Amino acid sequence: MKFDVGLILSWIPAALAGLEITIAVWLAGGLCALALGFGVAAARRFGGALVDRALTLYVALIRDTPFLIQLFLLYYGGPFVGLELEPYQAGLIGLTVYGSAYFAEIIRAGFEAVPVGHQEAAICAGLTRAQMVRRILLPEMALLVLPPVVNMQILLLKETAVLSIVTVPELTMTLTSLGSEHFAFAEALSLLAGLYWVLVEVTGALGRFAERRLARLSFAA
Amino acid sequence: MTWRYVELLAIGAAVTAGVSIVAILLGLGLGVLVCSASLARSGAVRAAGRLYISFFRGSPLLVQLLMIYYLLPAAGINVPSLVAAVLGLALCTAAYQAENLRGGFLSVAPGLIEAAQMLGMAPWRILLRIRLPIALRLTLPAVLNEAIMILKASSLVSVVGVEELTRSAQNLATSTYRPIPIYAAAGAFYLILNRLLAGGGGVLRRMLG
Repeated sequence: MKFDVGLILSWIPAALAGLEITIAVWLAGGLCALALGFGVAAARRFGGALVDRALTLYVALIRDTPFLIQLFLLYYGGPFVGLELEPYQAGLIGLTVYGSAYFAEIIRAGFEAVPVGHQEAAICAGLTRAQMVRRILLPEMALLVLPPVVNMQILLLKETAVLSIVTVPELTMTLTSLGSEHFAFAEALSLLAGLYWVLVEVTGALGRFAERRLARLSFAA
Repeated sequence: MTWRYVELLAIGAAVTAGVSIVAILLGLGLGVLVCSASLARSGAVRAAGRLYISFFRGSPLLVQLLMIYYLLPAAGINVPSLVAAVLGLALCTAAYQAENLRGGFLSVAPGLIEAAQMLGMAPWRILLRIRLPIALRLTLPAVLNEAIMILKASSLVSVVGVEELTRSAQNLATSTYRPIPIYAAAGAFYLILNRLLAGGGGVLRRMLG
């Protein structure tokens, strides 16, 4: 089996363009998923029993079915209900919905892990309920959920590779088509795996850095 | 959505169940080895274990599946796509299971292992009879969670040409031109398989507990 390094070097501009789309769709989808997941968790906590039950079902349905099936339903099923989506639109919505269920569970656990004593102490000290939520509950929750949130964002980054199946021209699609064009799969797939690996390790390191900084901030305050 | 379609999807679901169960068990066994390596006394073995975990957790499963599917034949090893798929899933899940088991292995009381050594038990026997059952009991929720992730991730093996649930649904959706009921039904099958797996996990928990 030959391995052509020159070929890999010649692919770097195209790979970087694909990487840019991967990062863009990941950041947009990941942030929308986090926001929607926070909304779901907050609605479950503050929205009454009926909302809680409906959203519990939403979370269970999303978490118990594969991302690929959800994506197919959205991309191929969408046009039958008047939802004509471009591949990247389907990818973005799919990533948002899929991620939101996992983030909702992470944030729910975060809310539950904030000691009730802290919340009661804040009320006793004369804070209004809104102040308590803003100054005590949310900051403490944010600190607790940071590690699992970063972990989930890394999982979502890897899920973006699945978007190549519905023809989003991201990193995986770019390099696999170059690989089949030149019949050089070893080169294409090594570069592909290497780029994801670097991106995942860098993101993990950034997450650990943010954790340390935030922990220090919270103790200094 | 006629009965015939449900039947075809059920056959696909059976393949998905088979592929997943083999991959989960193989991955768990491999995960124990990788985990032991990542905790080994020898620096080189430890580095190899860590590298394995870092790579398989650091790249998408889809890319790993494509690597096995395309690179094994290029290296002169011809395997059916079903074998490549099971192997890919198992190699990937082993890295996650190794990370899951780590905490469990680290919290096995050293006294237990010393006692077993005093009794003259061989190292592999200590691993199988003492360290693994304790570690597994402590980390069972995470291990089961990963098993469910693999069941869902097995939908990706449709890309390397395995005729499982997702691939059957794709074929049916194209031929009938009715993607919504077909994919919804496929989703329902995955949901049922997940519930069964979670139920099996509950039985296992009571047995170990």
